[in-house]
Amino acid sequence: MSNELRVYIADDEAPARSRLKELLSDICGDLASTVVGEAASGLEVIEHLPGSAAQVLLLDIQMPGMGGIELARHLSQLENAPAVIFVTAHDRHAVEAFELNALDYLMKPVRAERLAAALKKALASGPAPRERLERAAEGAREFFSVAERNRIVLVPVNEVLFLKAELKYVTLRTRAGEHLIEEPLVSIEREFAERFVRVHRNCLVARAAIRGFERIAGGNEEEPHWEVVLEGVVERLPVSRRQWPAVKSVLPESPG
Amino acid sequence: MLTMSSIRQNSIPESVPDFRNLGVTARALVAVNLLALLAALLTEPDWSNTLSAFVMKAALIEPALLASLTLLYAAAPWMLRLGYWSGCALIVAVALACAAATQRVLGEFAPAGLVRTLVLAAATTAVVLAYLRLHTKAHSPALAEARLQALQARIRPHFLFNSLNAVLALIRSDPRRAERTLEDLAELFRALMSDGRNLVRLADEIALVERYAAIEQLRLGERLRMSWDLDQAPVDAMLPALVLQPLLENAIYHGVEPGTGIGDVLVRIERREDRVLVLIENPWCAPASGARAGNHMALDNIRERLMLFFDDEARLESSVERARYRVRIDIPYRTRA
Repeated sequence: MSNELRVYIADDEAPARSRLKELLSDICGDLASTVVGEAASGLEVIEHLPGSAAQVLLLDIQMPGMGGIELARHLSQLENAPAVIFVTAHDRHAVEAFELNALDYLMKPVRAERLAAALKKALASGPAPRERLERAAEGAREFFSVAERNRIVLVPVNEVLFLKAELKYVTLRTRAGEHLIEEPLVSIEREFAERFVRVHRNCLVARAAIRGFERIAGGNEEEPHWEVVLEGVVERLPVSRRQWPAVKSVLPESPG
Repeated sequence: MLTMSSIRQNSIPESVPDFRNLGVTARALVAVNLLALLAALLTEPDWSNTLSAFVMKAALIEPALLASLTLLYAAAPWMLRLGYWSGCALIVAVALACAAATQRVLGEFAPAGLVRTLVLAAATTAVVLAYLRLHTKAHSPALAEARLQALQARIRPHFLFNSLNAVLALIRSDPRRAERTLEDLAELFRALMSDGRNLVRLADEIALVERYAAIEQLRLGERLRMSWDLDQAPVDAMLPALVLQPLLENAIYHGVEPGTGIGDVLVRIERREDRVLVLIENPWCAPASGARAGNHMALDNIRERLMLFFDDEARLESSVERARYRVRIDIPYRTRA
C-alpha cells in the first residue's frame, strides 16, 4: 500500500482524466499507483496539490486560466515539489518548437507502456530544473508566486506596482500589500520588459502605474534627482541618473 | 502530373458569366463605358471636345446597355444551363436586339445607320465577353483550384488528438457513444478530404457542423453550451464546402477552451430575401499570450474562398461587442449554380 506512487492528474477535459486513470490501473502490475487528486484548471492545482503529497503530476499543457508550463514553474518552488510529466495534444513538431523535449512529456492519446516508462523516469529524475521550464515558457508569466511552507500564494503580475531588490529577496509591492519572492531582479526585468521599466539599480516600476515625475532639489549631502510618483500608493521612488533618460520616455508628456 | 492537371482543367464545364453577380455587371458597365471613352478620344482630336463627345456617345449607348444587362439578369438562371458558346450567342443576340430597339426609339437622333449600330454593338459585346472570360480564367480553374487546395481549412491536430483521446476514454464505459463519436469523426474527415471546389447544400454543411459540435461537446462537457437557431435556415442554399466548420472550430478554440467557466456559442443561419446570413457568436477571451494566434488566418482563408465563389457579393465580418466575438457571413441565396 505504502509503496504506491502518488499521482495527481490535471486536465480540463473530463474524458482525458478518466483515460489516464484507466491507464494507471492498467499498468498497476508493473507500477502500482494511486490517484491522490484531480483538477480541471491550473488554479485548482495550485490550491489543492500542495496538501496532497503527490509525487508525480500528470499535467495537460493547454489548460484554461493558467498554462501548464507556468503552473509547473510555480509548483517548482514547493519544498516537496512533484515531478511533472506534461501531457499534450500537440504534434511532434509543436513539441519541438516549444522546447518541451527537454522536459518529460507524453503525447495524447497516451499509450500505457509510455506512461509507465515516463512515470519511472520522472520518479528517478525528480522535478525539472527551473531553467528548463523557463526555456519552455511561451512568453511572460501571468502570476508571481510565493511559496509559504506548504502553500503557494499567487500575485497577478498586473497588480504589481513596483519591485525592489533587497539583499536576497525582491519585494513585490501591490496596492494591497507586499510580498517577498526569491528571484533575481535581472531575470524579472528580462521576462517582463514590456511591463516594467528599471528606474534604479535595485528597482523596477510598472509602466502603467507611473503617474509622473517630481524633481527633488538637492540638499545637504543629497544630490538633486527625479522621483517617480505612482498611482495608488504614497511611496516615491528615486530615479538614478543613469536610468533617467530611459525612464523619462515612458510618459509622453515627460518633462525635459 | 502535367496530364493530370490538364485533365482536371478540362473537366470543369465552362459556362457564361453569371449576370446576377454584381461583380460581372459592374465589370461589363465599366468596360463598355471605357470603350466609349476610347472612341471619343479617337474621333475628337481636340481635348476640350473629348468629354462632350464621350457624354454624347454614352447617352446613346447607356439605354441599350442597361436594357441588355437587365434582360441578362432576368435570364441568368436559365442561361447558366446553356453551354458557353450558345450562351455567348444568346448574349450577343440580346445586345443586338436592345441596340436595334434603341435605334428605333431614337429615330433621326441616331448618328449612324442601323447596320453600323448593330456591328458596333456586336463588336462591343464580343470585347466585353472576351474580357470577362479572361477574368474568370485568371481566377479559375487551374489557379483557383491550386489556391483552394492550399486554402482549404484544415482541422487542428490538437482537435484530432484530443478527440481520439476522448473516444479512447469512452470505449470501456460507453461503447455506443464511442462508436457514434468515431462515426462523426469519419464524416468530418471525409468532408475535409473531399474536393474543395464544390458547392454543397447548406443542409449538408449544417449536418457536418452538428457532428463536429457533438465531438466537442464530448470533450468539453458542460463548459460548452451550444445554441442553434436554424429554423429559418434555407437548407437548399448552396455554399462552398467547409465554411461553417472552421468558424465554429475557431469559436470553440478561442472562446470556450481558454475560459474556465461555461462558454455559450450561438450559431444562427437565416434567409433574408435573396441573401443567406450566418452568425456565429462566442465569448470574447482577450488573447493573453501569443499561444492562440492564427484566428485571422482562418478568417482570411474563408473570406478568400467565399470571394472565389461569389465574387464581390460575399461579405465576412468579425467584431467584438459586449464581450462577445461575432463572425457574420452574408452570401447570395443560390439554390443551384
